Amino acid sequence: MQRSLHIVPELCTGCLQCEMACSYDNEGVFNPAKSRIKVFNFHDQGRFVPYTCTQCAEAWCMMACPVDAISVDAATGAKVVSDVLCVGCKVCTIACPFGTVNYNSTSGKVIKCDLCEGDPECAKACPTSAIQWVDANWTGLDRMRTWAAKTDAGTQATAH
Amino acid sequence: MRYVIVGAGPSGVIAAETLRKVDRSGDITLIGGEPGPPYSRMAIPYYLSGGIDESGTLIRKDADHYDALDIRYVHGLAESVAPADRRLTLEGGEAIAYDSLLVATGSSAVRPPVPGLDRPGVHTCWTMDDARAIHDLAREGADVVLIGAGFIGCIILEALVERRVNLTVVEVEDRMVPRMMNAAAGAMLKRWCEAKGVRVLTSTRVTAVEDSGNGGGPLRVSVDPGAPMRADLVVVATGVRSNMDFLDGSGVKTATGIVVDDRLATSVDGIYAAGDVAEGPDFSGGWMVHAIQPTSADHGRIAALNMAGRGARYQGSLIMNVLDTAGLVSASFGKWQGTDGGDFAEAADEAGYRYIRLAFDGDHLIGALCVGRTEHVGVLRGLIQSRVALGAWKARLQADPHRIMEAYLANTQA
Repeated sequence: MQRSLHIVPELCTGCLQCEMACSYDNEGVFNPAKSRIKVFNFHDQGRFVPYTCTQCAEAWCMMACPVDAISVDAATGAKVVSDVLCVGCKVCTIACPFGTVNYNSTSGKVIKCDLCEGDPECAKACPTSAIQWVDANWTGLDRMRTWAAKTDAGTQATAH
Repeated sequence: MRYVIVGAGPSGVIAAETLRKVDRSGDITLIGGEPGPPYSRMAIPYYLSGGIDESGTLIRKDADHYDALDIRYVHGLAESVAPADRRLTLEGGEAIAYDSLLVATGSSAVRPPVPGLDRPGVHTCWTMDDARAIHDLAREGADVVLIGAGFIGCIILEALVERRVNLTVVEVEDRMVPRMMNAAAGAMLKRWCEAKGVRVLTSTRVTAVEDSGNGGGPLRVSVDPGAPMRADLVVVATGVRSNMDFLDGSGVKTATGIVVDDRLATSVDGIYAAGDVAEGPDFSGGWMVHAIQPTSADHGRIAALNMAGRGARYQGSLIMNVLDTAGLVSASFGKWQGTDGGDFAEAADEAGYRYIRLAFDGDHLIGALCVGRTEHVGVLRGLIQSRVALGAWKARLQADPHRIMEAYLANTQA
C-alpha cells in the first residue's frame, strides 16, 4: 500500500517540531532553514500551514533535470534527488510550481522531501497530528493535485 | 513508422524516449552532432569547476539506455532535407528516409566580428570540446578575459572563479545579464562579483585580440574604453544562433528559430521542431525561442506525441532562468519587466545582497525577478502559470514581496 503525507493545517500549532526532525534526520543539524517541510506563518490570522512536496504525478522537477538526478522511488512513489548525480544547477528549483525543491548552499545540491524511505520523520515528530502518514488513496491531496494540473495545462498532454 | 530525430540534446533524447513509450514497434533514429553519448550542455560549468567528470554531464547514465529502448543512436551532421521525398541527407552524403522528422539541432555559439577572435587561446564555451580546451587553459592564476556577461557568460564566470583564475569580464551593455536582470539587480550582481575579486567592465567593448608577439605566448586584449589586458585565455560568450541552415530550400518557415505551431509542427508536413532551435508558443503570448531546459523537455515530449499521432496540444511554456553567479543565486520568471500601466512590488536589501521584484497585471502575477533568494522560488512559477487570482494578497505582496509562498498557499490550499 502506498502512503502519503496528509497535512491538516487546522491542527498545526506552529511548534516547528517537523522542521527540526526533518533537518536533523536529513542534514544532521537542527536548522529549519535546511528542512524539507516548512511551516508557513499567517501571523495576521493566527494560522500555521505546514507544506512540503506532494510527490505530484507531473514531477516537474524530475522532468526538468538535465542530468537524470531525480528518480521515482518505486516503493514509496517519492521523487528522490541523487546527491551523487545532482550538479547543483537549480533548474528544478524554478521548475517546481509549488516551491518545494530548494537549493542547499552548504552541499551545493538541491533538497526535497523524499518521504524518508517510507517512514517520514515530520509525521512522527508532529505532536498534534497536523501531519499524518496515511493511505495514499484516502487523503485530501486532491486539492493539491488540482493545482498541479493547472500549471501549464497542455504541456502535460499525455498519450491517450 | 520511421522516426528520425536530428539532435541529441535533452529535447531530442526526451522525444526519442517518448516515442518509444507510445510506439512499441516504430523505427527510431537519434542523430547526435558531436561524438560520444548524449550529454547536457547545462552540466558543462560543473565539469569545468571540477564538481563532476565528463560522465556526470550525460543525459542518461546507463551506457545501454538507448539500445535497451531500441533507439538507434548515430553520429552525423544534417546537410539538407528533401521534404517531397521525406529524406534527410547527412554531411558526407548518407541519406536517411523518414516518415516523421524532428529537428532538435539546438544552437551554436557565435563570435562577434572582432579581429583576432580566431586565434589559438580564444574559445567559445558551448560544446564538450570547448569545455575540454578551457579546462586545460584555465589554470589557477591564469589571466582570463571573458567576453560577455549574459546568462551563459555568468554561468561560465562561476566555473572560472572556482578554477581560481585571474578573471576580467567585459560586457558591452551597461549591466550584467541585461536580458534577465533590471538595473538594480544587475548592479547588485556586479558588486558581488567585484567583491569576489572579479574585474567587471560594463559598457565596454573588446576591439581586438592580438598575439603578444612571440607566438604561442599570451594574448593582448584591447578594450574601449580602457587599457589593453594580458590574457592566457579568452572565452567568448556573446550569444548563440539556431542551427537551421541545413533547412534552406526545404520550405520550412524560420524566423529567429524554426517556427512551430501548438503541435510543435513546422510549416512543412512531416517535420517538427523542438528545443533551443524552435520558436514556439510562449505562455505570456506570442512566439519565442526560449533556449531553456524545461521548455526543451516540454517540446521534446509534446513533439513526439504528435509525431506518433497522439494529438497533444501545447499552450506554451513559461520563460524562466536561474543563475548562480559566484555564489549569488538569481532567478527570473515570465514578464519580469512588467506591462504598461501594471503594478510592481519591490524590496531590496543592498547589504544582504537580496532583491525581489514582482510584476502584476491587474489581479495576477505575470513576472518576477529575485536575487539572493533560494527558498521556494519555484512558487513564482506556480503563481504565474496557474493564473492565481491574488485578491487581498496583491496588497500584501506589495507590502512584503517575499511572502510569495504564503500568497500561493492562502489562495490555493488553505
